[in-house]
Amino acid sequence: MLTVHKRTRRSTALTVSAILLATLATACGDDGDDSGDGGKVTLNLGLFGTMPYEEAGLFEEYESLHPDIKIKYTSPSDEQNYYRTLQTRLAANSGLADIQAVEVGRIREVVETHAAKFTDMSKAPGVKEGDWLPWKWQQAKAADGKVIGLGTDIGPMALCYRKDMFAKAGLPSDREQVAALWESGWDGYVEAGKKFKADYPDDGVAFMDTASGLYNAMIASSEKQYYDADGKVIYKDNDLVTKAWDLSTEAAEAGLTAKLRQFDTAWDQGFSNSRFATVVCPAWMTAHISDKAGEANKGKWDIAAPPAGANWGGSFLTVPSGGKHVKEAQELAAWLTAPEQQAKLFAKNGLFPSSSKAMEAPEVSGATLEYFDGAPSGKIFSESATSIPVTVLGPKDGAIKDNVSNGIQLVEQQGKDPDDAWKSTVETIDKDVLG
Amino acid sequence: MATSTLTDTPAPPPAPESHAPRRQRSLRYWLDFRAAPYAYVAPFFAVFAAFGLYPLIYTGWISLHEVELGTQDQRTWVGLDNYTTMLGDDRFWKALTNTFTIGVISTVPQLLMALGLAHLLNYKLRASAFWRVAILTPYATSVAAGTLVFALVFGRDFGMINWFLDVFGVSPIDWEAGRWTSQIAIATIVTWRWTGYNALIYLAAMQAVPNELYEASAIDGASRWQQFRKVTVPSLRPTILFTIVVSTIGATQLFGEPLLFGGTAGARGGTDGQYQTLGVLLYQQGWGLFHLGRAAAIAWAMFLILVAIAAVHALITRLLRRA
Repeated sequence: MLTVHKRTRRSTALTVSAILLATLATACGDDGDDSGDGGKVTLNLGLFGTMPYEEAGLFEEYESLHPDIKIKYTSPSDEQNYYRTLQTRLAANSGLADIQAVEVGRIREVVETHAAKFTDMSKAPGVKEGDWLPWKWQQAKAADGKVIGLGTDIGPMALCYRKDMFAKAGLPSDREQVAALWESGWDGYVEAGKKFKADYPDDGVAFMDTASGLYNAMIASSEKQYYDADGKVIYKDNDLVTKAWDLSTEAAEAGLTAKLRQFDTAWDQGFSNSRFATVVCPAWMTAHISDKAGEANKGKWDIAAPPAGANWGGSFLTVPSGGKHVKEAQELAAWLTAPEQQAKLFAKNGLFPSSSKAMEAPEVSGATLEYFDGAPSGKIFSESATSIPVTVLGPKDGAIKDNVSNGIQLVEQQGKDPDDAWKSTVETIDKDVLG
Repeated sequence: MATSTLTDTPAPPPAPESHAPRRQRSLRYWLDFRAAPYAYVAPFFAVFAAFGLYPLIYTGWISLHEVELGTQDQRTWVGLDNYTTMLGDDRFWKALTNTFTIGVISTVPQLLMALGLAHLLNYKLRASAFWRVAILTPYATSVAAGTLVFALVFGRDFGMINWFLDVFGVSPIDWEAGRWTSQIAIATIVTWRWTGYNALIYLAAMQAVPNELYEASAIDGASRWQQFRKVTVPSLRPTILFTIVVSTIGATQLFGEPLLFGGTAGARGGTDGQYQTLGVLLYQQGWGLFHLGRAAAIAWAMFLILVAIAAVHALITRLLRRA
């Protein structure tokens, strides 16, 4: 009995001291927020996905330029989780980092519901509107002219294709000639797919990865998508949406797709096991392809110009006005999105600059990708970037797009009739997104 | 036994000291015998009120409003609108059906297999401790890790099961796309994880069955199978009922497996919602689409379903006891 008793007491003491220690540790941690580090200002950044500032050495560089600044950041890989937390914190107006990143699919929602909680970045020191592509600048602008975020990168699209498979199917494999196949438009891309399907010896290999990828590219290359300029939802009556839906479901029904979902494990496996010959690829996806397709497929991939310039993805850096170090945070955000830094990020990590000035830098315009058989990625993506239309964005663009993509998968994966799938998609959007 | 001490009458209070004033004595007596018991149970009720009752009522309150995650400070009173929308939505009924069917195809084989396993483990075995630990290992694996591995095993293009079927000339099955195939796959994950756990519960109950019953039945000439049916199973009846209730509650709340099995379509429960359970529907509405009011209504619906299950359980227990 006695020993048992002693042991319990000792373990209680241990537990209590552990809790005390933990409390102390967190207390110290919180201190670092302020000026605990010998008068240094600590800036907290909320990032997501792959925003490789740390990897590109930019934080280190900034800290050595500004010895009184210390940079800390968190970067959850899933944007959905990140945005959920950001929304909760915006609603409570507390717990926000000094700089918060916002994805392009969300920027209009943040601008329209929370603009008052952010500082005007157009007035931040060192920010020149002319450095950015005009449409990128406009996307973060509120009705009263306030600009809440500075553009980081954009995602001009091109077509990544397997040149060895094209050759096997009797199609041209040189990137200029491949681009000529679909010079007329996205119809040409699907036509090439039909030829590929007819002549490729292995039925296990599809022409494109997903039908929703095609839809996504088509809709991104049109000015009007889901909203009109007055903020009205118009996707049901938008001919371009109908056209994109029709063509991508046609491709699905013709069996040109590998029936996968982008960013699923099976899609990644599709790259490494050579299951499909083309994928519509924004600049940032080239890193994903070379990573997933692996050493074994090096030099087999290539990049061709797309039928039309279009954008997919890209982000903004915002500075919430409730922060403790608004001025320092604005300076850092301006520096991170300045043309020089954007050019560095492209050269090192493949994030395409949203700054027209950075696009002209030799390390951008002259860039090539060794993995893609030395394709002139700088030139191809720059050309795509300059032909990106000024698109009208709306607050629920991301959610509408997700639902339409899912509707296409109803045809592709479940074998539903396209008309039925469209009806149920519209119904879901009315209920879940706009309702 | 812990229960016997609870029923013991408390020791008589120490004889009051004769020179203490009477009023003080009665206060002390009151503190000791009237107030102290309440003070002892107070922590539980305080914690339950803060983390059980309050969230429950607050969720109910939220479910009567239109609330979006991003603008939680702007609430609009909508009365029972969220409930009528929910009941008028096909997806709610689909999710309810899916929850039920996945529940049945996971719980029934799971408990039958657990009973069989427990029976086998109840024999004198070499290294019995090893086997007992071995069947519990799936339970010790995290839901996420287990599900992600099973998602690969059930993969369409490169999954092990399709590869195995291919050996027998069966063409590859798109497990995730089909309604029944996906539900079978998810039920497999649940069964894999919980069979060992239930088997151990049955085993513990089996070992409490008096040996005399077996001896008596053996003298009467009962075979092993007859012993199992006529002695073991009847003695286990309360335990079986307990595991059925616990598994049913678990099945009603099924969430992690379908969510992670579906990859990027997990929150929809598949492209066509073919394996969306109530838990996943709640998650999709609240944390995918940010409609907190609607999610709260679904949460309350699930709560009421669980209350109904508990009531049915109580009823059956009473009937069994009477019989």
